[in-house]
Amino acid sequence: MHIEVSNLNKHFGDFHAVRDVSFTIEKGRLIGLLGPSGGGKTSILRMLAGLESPTSGDIVFHGKKVNELPPQERGIGFVFQNYALFKHMTVYDNIAFGLKVKKQSKDQIRERVMSLVELTGLKGFEHRYPHQLSGGQRQRVAFARALAPEPQLLLLDEPFAAIDAKIRHELRTWLKDMIERLGITSIFVTHDQDEAIEVADEIMIINKGRLEQKGSPWDIYKNPQTQFVASFIGESTIVEDVSKLKGFEDASVWPGTKALIRPEYIEVGKRSEFRIASATEPGRVKHIHFRGSEWMVEVTVGDTTLITYRSLEKEVLQPGDEVSVLVHRAYLFNDNDSWIMENKLKEDPMPIHI
Amino acid sequence: MKKLWISLTYLVFIVLLIIPLIRIFSGSWAEGWEGFVEALTRPQSLHALWMTTIIVVSVTLLNTIFGVMLALYLVRATWLGKRLKQLLNSLVDLPFAVSPVIGGLMIVLILGPNTIMGVFFEDIGFKVVYALPGMILATLFVTFPLMVREVMPVLQEIGTQQEEAASTLGAYSWYTFWKVTWPSIRWGVIYGVVLTVARSMGEFGAVLVVSGNIMNKTQTATTLVYQDVENFNVLAANSVALVLAAVSVGLLLLMEWAKKRKGH
Repeated sequence: MHIEVSNLNKHFGDFHAVRDVSFTIEKGRLIGLLGPSGGGKTSILRMLAGLESPTSGDIVFHGKKVNELPPQERGIGFVFQNYALFKHMTVYDNIAFGLKVKKQSKDQIRERVMSLVELTGLKGFEHRYPHQLSGGQRQRVAFARALAPEPQLLLLDEPFAAIDAKIRHELRTWLKDMIERLGITSIFVTHDQDEAIEVADEIMIINKGRLEQKGSPWDIYKNPQTQFVASFIGESTIVEDVSKLKGFEDASVWPGTKALIRPEYIEVGKRSEFRIASATEPGRVKHIHFRGSEWMVEVTVGDTTLITYRSLEKEVLQPGDEVSVLVHRAYLFNDNDSWIMENKLKEDPMPIHI
Repeated sequence: MKKLWISLTYLVFIVLLIIPLIRIFSGSWAEGWEGFVEALTRPQSLHALWMTTIIVVSVTLLNTIFGVMLALYLVRATWLGKRLKQLLNSLVDLPFAVSPVIGGLMIVLILGPNTIMGVFFEDIGFKVVYALPGMILATLFVTFPLMVREVMPVLQEIGTQQEEAASTLGAYSWYTFWKVTWPSIRWGVIYGVVLTVARSMGEFGAVLVVSGNIMNKTQTATTLVYQDVENFNVLAANSVALVLAAVSVGLLLLMEWAKKRKGH
């Protein structure tokens, strides 16, 4: 379903939970609402569901304003953070609930429930009670229950928060496949950037009740529009005075400007590993940490400490080693503006053509 | 030292609970089965037990309905201000704090034959004080916190999410209450019913003040026991008391059972 939200505000007493949020969502998209806890994501989701009413602003589904419509009439499915399964009902009855409300015939209900049981891989568990299921199974029941009345919009509040790390990974992929297959417009809330990047077609970053940026994960990573987005997505180090780094001397013309440098913007290694040695500058390895599939290297350049990763295939560095450091680019920001600056020495000053 | 305390504890238990029970039992059987039956089949005994039954049934019904509703509104209603909710919440306990006699007196002062409201009701042919409605009202006052206090914590514990889930699945409040909320609070309500029955059966002070204790008219089982004792009719007093005690023991067993189920 096509969703349009304009100037949405929500106050809880003195607390301004959602501030002037506007966005549109195309039909069939899978959207991730990402941001730190307590940032207003869940409030937005609950207002879309009709479980909370906005203080001001409009919510429009399919060109029809739904502000006054109760949750029963909005045609949505909602998956709660702790699933909120009906604990005195079996898996079958949980999934059938929305169909029984609609007074469908027993055969119709049976057919729909069994197809959802099949779809969610819960076959053989129909007669279990929620407390007899594992976390992942409960999540699937919640998912099947929300889907049973064929909603136009699926809302998921931290759907993976209560599941242990390994199964979470499997479930994410499963959920993404499932939603893609069904083609249902879905919005999920998460505070985990990996989850949002991996699952969502589009991410909306919410901070302190504001929508900071909306776009595809790659877009947001590449072109963060605010400092918050830049520091929230991916890893980064903040450098107070970037003009001290080689290749970024020009930055001194903007006083009060800081830089944010991601680990993947930095290369470290022995001098011989670099093609354009003139763009590098000397540094010293401060610490190295083994991270399973790579080394995390802390390196000091002048008085700044930068963090980067180094492949296990390359020569192992030791703390105290003198190394060369190449900073490809930095994300600069001050109070008014933010932009990306490339290392100007990276362009080979004397290209050799063969 | 420890042994002394243990035996002292048992002694208190026996003196306070067991001996009176045995005494009531043997007292009512002082003249054998016939004496017991005779004491119970006196017209005033039958009438008093009947009055008690009516009061217990109607109070339990009213208290269950309104107690559950108030608990729901106190826990779930977001349209009530926080302060107002707190005030209402502490007012619920008022009958616990106020002596039942004073509770009865309040009803007489508001609805008695010399008050505006009392006269109004009497004019439309509905006598409240010194009649059954007043006695029900007084017992309701005394038992009111029991149901609310049993159901409220259960409602708070189950939270609102299951009910919200039901609403997103298209269910309206009536359907949601019976299919989702009721199965969760059921055992709490049953426990509250047992407590209400026990309390309304044994209520004495408030009922005495409101009823005027008129034999064959507004006399309940407890006030009859009181009158029999006053008249030195110990056998009759013991017999009626035994009936009340037997029902109470039955309720106690029911309560244990409900408590066990409540945990699930």
